[in-house]
Amino acid sequence: MKSTEGAGMKKRKVSGGGQPQWLLLAPIYIFTILFVILPFLYMFLLSVLSRAKVWGVEFDFTLDNYKRILEPLYLSTFAESFRLAVISTILVALIGYPYGYFMARMNAVWKKRMLLLIMIPFWTSALIRLYGWIIVFRSNGVLDKFLMGLHITAEPLKLLYTYPAVVVGMIYALLPFMILAVYSSAEKMDWTLVEASRDLGASSFRAFWTVTFKLTLPGLLSGVVLTFIPSMGLFFIADILGGNKIVLVGSVIQEQITKGRNQPFAAAMSVVLMLLTTLMIRLYRRITGTSRLEGMV
Amino acid sequence: MKNRKWPFVYVGIVTAVTYIPILLTVIYSFNASRISSVWGGFSLEWYRELLRDRDIREALINSLILALLSCLCASVIGTTGAVGMYRRKSRLNDALAMFSMLPIMIPEIILGMVFLSVFSLMGLPFGMLTLVIAHTAFEIPYIYSMVTTRLAGMDKSLEEAALDLGASPFRVFWDVTFPAILPGILSGVMLAFAMSFDDVVISIFVTGPTVNTLPVKIYTKLKTGVTPEINALAAVMLGVTLLLLAGAALAGKIKTVSERKCPE
Repeated sequence: MKSTEGAGMKKRKVSGGGQPQWLLLAPIYIFTILFVILPFLYMFLLSVLSRAKVWGVEFDFTLDNYKRILEPLYLSTFAESFRLAVISTILVALIGYPYGYFMARMNAVWKKRMLLLIMIPFWTSALIRLYGWIIVFRSNGVLDKFLMGLHITAEPLKLLYTYPAVVVGMIYALLPFMILAVYSSAEKMDWTLVEASRDLGASSFRAFWTVTFKLTLPGLLSGVVLTFIPSMGLFFIADILGGNKIVLVGSVIQEQITKGRNQPFAAAMSVVLMLLTTLMIRLYRRITGTSRLEGMV
Repeated sequence: MKNRKWPFVYVGIVTAVTYIPILLTVIYSFNASRISSVWGGFSLEWYRELLRDRDIREALINSLILALLSCLCASVIGTTGAVGMYRRKSRLNDALAMFSMLPIMIPEIILGMVFLSVFSLMGLPFGMLTLVIAHTAFEIPYIYSMVTTRLAGMDKSLEEAALDLGASPFRVFWDVTFPAILPGILSGVMLAFAMSFDDVVISIFVTGPTVNTLPVKIYTKLKTGVTPEINALAAVMLGVTLLLLAGAALAGKIKTVSERKCPE
């Protein structure tokens, strides 16, 4: 104990009496306080203020904004967003988990290639990739031509501006996060444990379930968090692939600000949305016991 | 044998499907017909239209300036912050680090909403300044965590040795710490740049009436009506991405070759 204290003292002395350290910390402190902490405090404050008659906000404290969220119209938007997020996240997990798992079992050269293949679309614009799906789903578009050519369907499916189209768009935008999260935890796994369980007589399914799945669970859960949180707010996917049929919390917040000019209500919705996502992260921490999200950065 | 093949088949199919929309946009960028369901023969018309489109060019330049400026700010703030917090651990620092990560822990829309209301409260003119602040806020977490990971893997005794040998704190940072964390900064910046260049949600909220970024411009174009020009733009962006990757791969090869030539 004493020796480490001594080392600490010595280090501080030679590193110049703390001043450079303070200089190093100043930018992040100033920026975070000014542009993260204070703005979020303002959001909480804003959510209990009322909207001014003409423009801006009035310092008239009220809980009406929160009460308004409980109106069926807005409650159903929350339910709808939640449902879409849950459906997308489950599908992303079902598709992404095996992908990340298989990738981790490939040799080094293929791992590199696959990582690159996953990252290339990520580097082109998300919007443009959505546009590709418009070409696929459009009435008489590529998918219709393909299915009708094979005589699977007789007439155009009219998939564009439907719920399935939005789900596909969501999966497409969020799949890489899941794959990378699962991959990074499967990659670190000690595969000899699986071999050991097999040697001890476990069936391959049992070995997977009791060893591999348990050890890659942090990756899977982190992937769930990383897909679920953005999916609650990605209004532009529902906008572009869903037409105006599917209204999500994100679209309502945007509308309240741009068209309705009702900042307090938008703030209240944001607060609720934020509490929901914080709850998710807390749950993740409870289950995995870590705060670090696997494969996040 | 069967067991070994299936994973490749599965990964192959999923990857192929993810590339279908991208390849389609590239193919249709050469389509003479305005309607994407009809093939009207080969044409470079949409590329010509893209070159002539002033709005797109302006938006592209804005996006590049925005990504560069915000990455510069975020890498300075993120790197100095990570190094400072690594050197002096305290509960206050931990709490602040947690808050600085907040922008990427919540749905983007909330950040956009928060910035819009705060900037209008502060009376900041909406435009490049507000865009840079907002983008810096969500880029810091990427750079900060990349640098922190590098620092955790660094040999702490190197810094101590340099100090013991009489180097000034500044020199220690510049000659020892900085080279060690540079790869972390670079990969953080790469990620942050991609995020900034591709951001729609936050930009829509904090951009001004006169400043358009490329994604915002594409978004409005997609909402108002479909134009094959977007196909051409997609093809160009994909081409640039591939060129950059090839360049990076080549640079990596040259580096390893030269390292092999002079092992010192």
